[in-house]
Amino acid sequence: MTITATGAATAGTRPPAERTTGGRGRGGGLLRWCFVAPAVLYMLAFFGYPLVRNILMSFQHYTPRTYFTGSSPFNGLGNWRAVFSDPLFTGSLWHTLVFTAGSLLGQFVIGLALAVFFSRRFRLSGFARAVLLLPWLVPMVVTSIVWRKLLDQDTGVINTVLTGLHLASGPVPWLSSPGVALLSAILVNVWIGIPFNMVILYGGLQEIPRDLHEAAALDGAGAWRTFRSVTLPMLRPVVTVVLVLGFMSTVKILDLILALTAGGPADATQTLGTVTYRLSFEQLDFGQGAVVGNVLIAVSAVFAVLYLRANRADFGRGK
Amino acid sequence: MRHTSAPRRHGNTVIAVVILVILLFPLYWMVNIALQPGEGLASTDWFPVDAGLGNFRRALSSQGGSLATSLVVALGAVVVCLALAAPAAYGLARFGLRGSRTIVFGTLITQMVPGIVVANALYSAYVDLHLVNSVLGLILADASLGLPFSLVLLRAFMVSIPREVVEAALVDGANRFTAFVRIVLPMSRNALITSGLFTFLFAWSDFMFALTLNTTDDVKPVTLSMYEYIGAHVSDWGAVMATAVVSAVPAAILLVLAQKYVAAGISGGSVK
Repeated sequence: MTITATGAATAGTRPPAERTTGGRGRGGGLLRWCFVAPAVLYMLAFFGYPLVRNILMSFQHYTPRTYFTGSSPFNGLGNWRAVFSDPLFTGSLWHTLVFTAGSLLGQFVIGLALAVFFSRRFRLSGFARAVLLLPWLVPMVVTSIVWRKLLDQDTGVINTVLTGLHLASGPVPWLSSPGVALLSAILVNVWIGIPFNMVILYGGLQEIPRDLHEAAALDGAGAWRTFRSVTLPMLRPVVTVVLVLGFMSTVKILDLILALTAGGPADATQTLGTVTYRLSFEQLDFGQGAVVGNVLIAVSAVFAVLYLRANRADFGRGK
Repeated sequence: MRHTSAPRRHGNTVIAVVILVILLFPLYWMVNIALQPGEGLASTDWFPVDAGLGNFRRALSSQGGSLATSLVVALGAVVVCLALAAPAAYGLARFGLRGSRTIVFGTLITQMVPGIVVANALYSAYVDLHLVNSVLGLILADASLGLPFSLVLLRAFMVSIPREVVEAALVDGANRFTAFVRIVLPMSRNALITSGLFTFLFAWSDFMFALTLNTTDDVKPVTLSMYEYIGAHVSDWGAVMATAVVSAVPAAILLVLAQKYVAAGISGGSVK
């Protein structure tokens, strides 16, 4: 989920803890480390170990019998070659990028529009913003299952509405046509992501001093001009945060796809996440699963670096 | 501030209602199907005119156990997460330990590690440790969903607690641990509630660890149970939607009772 990263994203840019209380006697060094050590050990076990282990696993040969025999011999680049020559992998890489780009674009544009709209003062504004969070708070598997019913070709309400209003000549095969299924998955994910984008961007909009808008208005700038020349530039740091956090949570998508299409039809919605799952936990080839997992990490890492850089630039300028 | 005229404000309210109707329609439809009797549902009425709770009864009788499992796992994850995060957050905020920066940076980096990668490696370790198919194993794994978030949020909060308050307690003879429990924790109440709420939601929503770290039917949270149910051919959409409604209840309760904390968690320092 996206939110995990939210708080994390910028706290690191705060100044480090002061050293003044640290050094002096009372309690001693050992007791002080007792506060921190359990969490550090836990993170090493649940994040550090898997990272290292995945790299090792990607060079090992796992078979369905590995967990009985305990043998997983090293096999060099065998897994990497097998995965990279598999059209399922190359297809999933492409789907992942399309899915991520489409989702981010939709979530961001609609989220920003709603954030701007709800910045106006009117009755129900606060209430509506709160209620709109609901889609984001419901478990993703659950919303995906609900959408699976909504998008059902024969009994889904979306097709009932579309054909009823003569917007579609016949029932749209939302989830059953390989050409449409990825688009449907994007649609659902946009719906899920709108609240998160809206709330963060709304928060960013509130931080922009109102006199700036008034000054722009005095200078004769229209609403659109003010938005483009004043609001958007001021909002840039927040936009970076939203997009990068959105990227990191979208690129690893798994729940939504499994519950909505199970990767089908004809593997048209397989992503890096679902392929990792399929290789490791369905075919029990954990070595090849690890390869795809490593690719997923590499893609995330590239964006994380871009993010940290962009952020540093922003904060450097702000000071 | 610009003064908007009354008609325009009413216009905005109308637009807001239209937005709500469109965006919340899927959830309305979930409730609508859940309330309508009849298993086939070739055509669903627009409104649950003859609403009944039959679907909910069937859902609870078949999914009750899974809901209980979800509840136990989510509460367990909250306990583990806060027990680890709160002291660590304080230590990192105040003790000036060597390596604090590295630890905070490492915590940020963990956000980049996709859950499926963790599961991929964790599975074999869990097999060795006999944690597969256990509630404890799932609790430990789910705590990882909330820990980085909680650690960073709590640390940001604890940095702002006035130093003098804790120093005074230390002068009065308390050691660091009692000062932490008696002074710092109560003062951090709001941040603890926010962290706990979100960890609960993350764990309650968890599907991936439930799916990968369980190979039998022993431990089955409601997300996994619903997924397996729709994997088979679905005929009883009424019961599926009733389960979906029940599984969405924690989110709804949070929204009503803890809106302030939810909002704080989402902005959680990201927009500063």
